[in-house]
Amino acid sequence: MTARREKIVLPLIAVLLGFLLGSIIVIATGRSPLAMIGAIVKGFTGIDLLNPDVPFNPRYIGEFIIQAMPIILTGLAFAFASRTGLFSIGAEGQLMMGSLAATAVALLVKAPKVVHLPLVLLAAILAGALWGAIPGLLKAAFNVHEVVVTIMMNYIALHVNNYTILNIFGSVDRIKTAPFAPTALLKDPWLESITNGSRLNWGFIPVILALLIFSFIINRTTFGFSLRAVGYNKEAARYAGMKVNRNIVASMMIAGAFAGLAGAVITVGTFTFGRALPSAEGYGFDGIAVALVGGNEALGILLAGMLFGGLKAAQPLMQSQGIPREIAGIIQASIVLFVAMKFGIKMVLQKFERKQAPSTEGDRV
Amino acid sequence: MSYIVEMLHITKDFPGIRANDDITLQIEERSIHALLGENGAGKSTLMSILFGLYQPDGGTIRVRGREVKISDPNVATSLGIGMVHQHFKLVHNFTVTENIVLGMEPRKGPIIDIREAEKRVEEISKLYGLAVDPRARIEDISVGMQQRVEILKMLYRNAEILIFDEPTAVLTPQEIHELMQIMRKLVTEGKTILLITHKLKEIKEVADVCTVLRRGKLIGTVPVSETSEARMAEMMVGRQVSFHVEKSPARPGATLLRIEHLNVKTAKGVLGVRDLSLEVRAGEVLGLCGIEGNGQTELVQAITGLTRPESGRILLRDRDITHLSIKERTDAGIGHIPEDRQKHGLVLDFTLGENFIIHNYYEPPFARYGILNRKKIQENAERLIREFDVRSGQGALTAARSMSGGNQQKAIVAREIDRSPDVFIVAQPTRGLDVGAIEYIHKRIIEERDKGKAILLVSLELDEIMDVSDRIAVIYNGSIVAIVDAASTDENQLGLMMSGAYRPATAAAAQE
Ligand SMILES: Nc1ncnc2c1ncn2[C@@H]1O[C@H](COP(=O)(O)OP(=O)(O)O)[C@@H](O)[C@H]1O
Ligand SMILES: [Mg+2]
Repeated sequence: MTARREKIVLPLIAVLLGFLLGSIIVIATGRSPLAMIGAIVKGFTGIDLLNPDVPFNPRYIGEFIIQAMPIILTGLAFAFASRTGLFSIGAEGQLMMGSLAATAVALLVKAPKVVHLPLVLLAAILAGALWGAIPGLLKAAFNVHEVVVTIMMNYIALHVNNYTILNIFGSVDRIKTAPFAPTALLKDPWLESITNGSRLNWGFIPVILALLIFSFIINRTTFGFSLRAVGYNKEAARYAGMKVNRNIVASMMIAGAFAGLAGAVITVGTFTFGRALPSAEGYGFDGIAVALVGGNEALGILLAGMLFGGLKAAQPLMQSQGIPREIAGIIQASIVLFVAMKFGIKMVLQKFERKQAPSTEGDRV
Repeated sequence: MSYIVEMLHITKDFPGIRANDDITLQIEERSIHALLGENGAGKSTLMSILFGLYQPDGGTIRVRGREVKISDPNVATSLGIGMVHQHFKLVHNFTVTENIVLGMEPRKGPIIDIREAEKRVEEISKLYGLAVDPRARIEDISVGMQQRVEILKMLYRNAEILIFDEPTAVLTPQEIHELMQIMRKLVTEGKTILLITHKLKEIKEVADVCTVLRRGKLIGTVPVSETSEARMAEMMVGRQVSFHVEKSPARPGATLLRIEHLNVKTAKGVLGVRDLSLEVRAGEVLGLCGIEGNGQTELVQAITGLTRPESGRILLRDRDITHLSIKERTDAGIGHIPEDRQKHGLVLDFTLGENFIIHNYYEPPFARYGILNRKKIQENAERLIREFDVRSGQGALTAARSMSGGNQQKAIVAREIDRSPDVFIVAQPTRGLDVGAIEYIHKRIIEERDKGKAILLVSLELDEIMDVSDRIAVIYNGSIVAIVDAASTDENQLGLMMSGAYRPATAAAAQE
């Protein structure tokens, strides 16, 4: 198998195995795997196989895209750092800082939409980038491991977010801020109406741009070239005269920018107000899963993000079919696990190819 | 005559390349059979097929007269076939014994009986004269010792047919000598040995029969006693090879590189280079010879900027470059073929084309406004591949990792020579290469010299130092102990100076 084919075939097998395992568990709990599949199909397409009265509801498509958008962005964040050889789990915190910055600009700035909304997005991107710069600088200057720093930065971000929302932006109900002006929102009644009242919003435009930018930077620019060189072999990059430490900081900042944007897409897209959070919402970890399954490539991340987004969207549907919603989580986790087991899967595949080989070989000899 | 192993009409394809093309190899029992060929000739592939790592696309294998299908290494082991790979496969924080018995541990109930294991290891090592310390950890023993552990691993599994893939590439001359003795001893104890190498001297020394491959094809099999090194080299390369470097006398000009009272610490924090001074002039090759670990690595790294010296100065055309970055030094005209090709020389997960532009990827013609120009990168790669005969399956798009070691080295040499730097630091340029490639690289180094470049050649191979250099500096314990004219010295004298035993009276004079 060639490396390219491997990159496509192995994740596909992992996805199939994940769904297979999910079905087995559903059967083991005494329920019908068809109901599960029905719920998942409905989550992705809005097509209802089990209820012929309402065969299609576009609302589910909107909801599934809503779920996919932030984890595609956090997936890009993880993948970008990963291409530079960094294992950053800081997307969660960068996302929260992006969300907080978006909240601030949405509440404090008064301007027409063409100015206000871009400012909101820009603020989120900058905040994420700055939050990402800190572990990058610590790594570059003192060789502090980015995993440790990013975990701590996630906690700090949570508390900074909650303190600011509650004490500075003056939340009345101790959960959320006052609603944003419409000029700050990605929300659009037209998009909502064509998807039968889903929360679909213009957030998919920055997400698509982010995917294109990711791919362009990594594959086509000199900057991406040096990032990849550092990621693959730091020593060789140094030998070639590349500024390894500068690249580490830059890479963490760009990763943070993607995650920060995710914060804005949630806050001014899905929601219309800033929120205090009881705990992290898991977008960061979902992003790691998306990047792993997507092979750290833009196209793969898009597909994996949609897959996991769809699974998330299918959770309530499963529950309404009497299937535990945790099954969706189990499927997601087992897909990641099977991707991580790619060497094992490769070995099995090779054994399989070998077993088939003698029959063709017999003719030749 | 009966053969213990027969590989008949073996063919093996990789993407874009036929690594083995209808190769037939017949091995007599209790012999040392050498497999000779240039880098990329297909030797490792053929042996990996015998060891069950690859499946052939055509052909049959017979072991002891019986046709077999070796679907994986476990089958090979059960057939009595063992292999020592080019890169060892040992667990570094395990002991010698643990590595040897790994997977076949003697047990007392569910518990590994390490005493029993140690006893058996000791028995085998006595029988074959393979002295090792069974309790030492792999990370604490020398490369030569690690190789012995690999050999013991095969013997512990009762291997009768032993495959050695370029076993001497990583060894010191002394260790090579010992390995040859071990091989002979193994054959007298009834083993059969398959020896992959491209060093003709070694074949002459130990092998009985030699099979030559070239570009995946079988060229011929000859009894070693009835052939010469020159004949084998010709079979391997496909043309006559000159073992001697053709060159006119050097015409040295101004001093381009001057090193003054340099002190450099090793990675472990002790002084590796001590108060070293040296000059290299335009139009000459200065060879630096010494036993491994006498400060060569630290000196090269200090000149090229990979490490910072403690004190002293490095001057390029009278400009102090001691505190410049690697990039600034490269731009100032320093070129470097690094000794560790996989650590420094290449990004193994990049393509060949990407590796070729690693120094100047950001400059025209390879990039404009920060955007890479794929067409120009591709053209550059094709030119270098052609000019330097770098063999790769998919041209510019070949992953560097998938190339044979020799071709990886050729790729680095191609890239660095192509930049034509004023001061060229060349470390171990031909390590692991075959005679044809060595001849070519030496020729190109001399060409650079004749263009008026200053070349510092660092090598552990005395032959290479004496053939290519105009002057030779001997390094011992971090300092230059002597500088002699290449024409007026010999192996013995250099050997003595390298060991620190002898300083010629002329050393001081030559340094002026
Ligand atoms: N796993 C592989 N995938 C693709 N090409 C390979 C692989 N292994 C070897 N090759 C190619 O096959 C040829 C023969 O390689 P090899 O057997 O390693 O040569 P040798 O050991 O004689 O130097 C080379 O051109 C090499 O690039
Ligand atoms: Mg080889």
